Amino acid sequence: MLLSDFGRFGPAPLGFDPLAEMRRMQRDINRLFGDFAAPEPEALPALNVWAGDSTLVVTAELPGTAPEAVDVTVREDLLTIRGEAATSDAPEQARWHLRERRGGPFSRTIRLPFRVDPDKVRARFDNGVLGIELERPEQDKPKRIPVKSS
Amino acid sequence: MATAVQKRGNGQVQSAAAEAATRQVFMPLADVFETDESFVVTAEMPGVAADAIEVEVEGDVLRLHGRTSFAVPDGYRLIHGEYADGDYERVLALPDSVDAERITAAFSNGLLRIELPKAESARTRRIPLRAES
Repeated sequence: MLLSDFGRFGPAPLGFDPLAEMRRMQRDINRLFGDFAAPEPEALPALNVWAGDSTLVVTAELPGTAPEAVDVTVREDLLTIRGEAATSDAPEQARWHLRERRGGPFSRTIRLPFRVDPDKVRARFDNGVLGIELERPEQDKPKRIPVKSS
Repeated sequence: MATAVQKRGNGQVQSAAAEAATRQVFMPLADVFETDESFVVTAEMPGVAADAIEVEVEGDVLRLHGRTSFAVPDGYRLIHGEYADGDYERVLALPDSVDAERITAAFSNGLLRIELPKAESARTRRIPLRAES
């Protein structure tokens, strides 16, 4: 299994992760050239992070993985997704013609742009995509100070 | 890739043709293995609903297509992207030993699994060896 981002480099800060950038480019190139490119050395699962006002949505591609096989934990501004990605159900004597899918145990920790309220984390599975909604704690939310003209 | 995702989310109404032209199409990662009775193809299509998948057999060609229903959540912007959302398309050549009438396909949790039974004449038969004394 690949080393998690956390184990090797420390939590990757959002917005500045040249390694993730390179992995993403590698993945795009692999998708373009299909079988001709080298196997992609990226961390599993691939994540996207969306930011709202005081909320975040993190999505991860986990095709074939059962919801029970995934564990989501949050501490301060660190989100950890770990579990077991689905592997092939091929019998031992099967003859392989094409083998591109990867599976097995994975663990990824990413640093979020702000601390989140662990009681307000919601996770759901939708057609093999894990979606996690996170919210900033009430007391951390930015407050707008009205500016009065004198 | 990320910019393409954001482009789709900017709320502009596009014509169907323009939308089709800008949708990204990816080749889904796939496994193909063979047993004595059949070939099994599994393809990863996360983000696609079961009713948005097409599996077609034409002659000796198997075509898989999946259309994502992904939409950028309202009021959100992408701040970290490792994958792009798009449709999936893959074409595989079938060996002529497949019985096209009995192909079955199932889709669950973003994973498409197609079972292609071999024609009766193409099945591997194990011939037991008789020990001669």
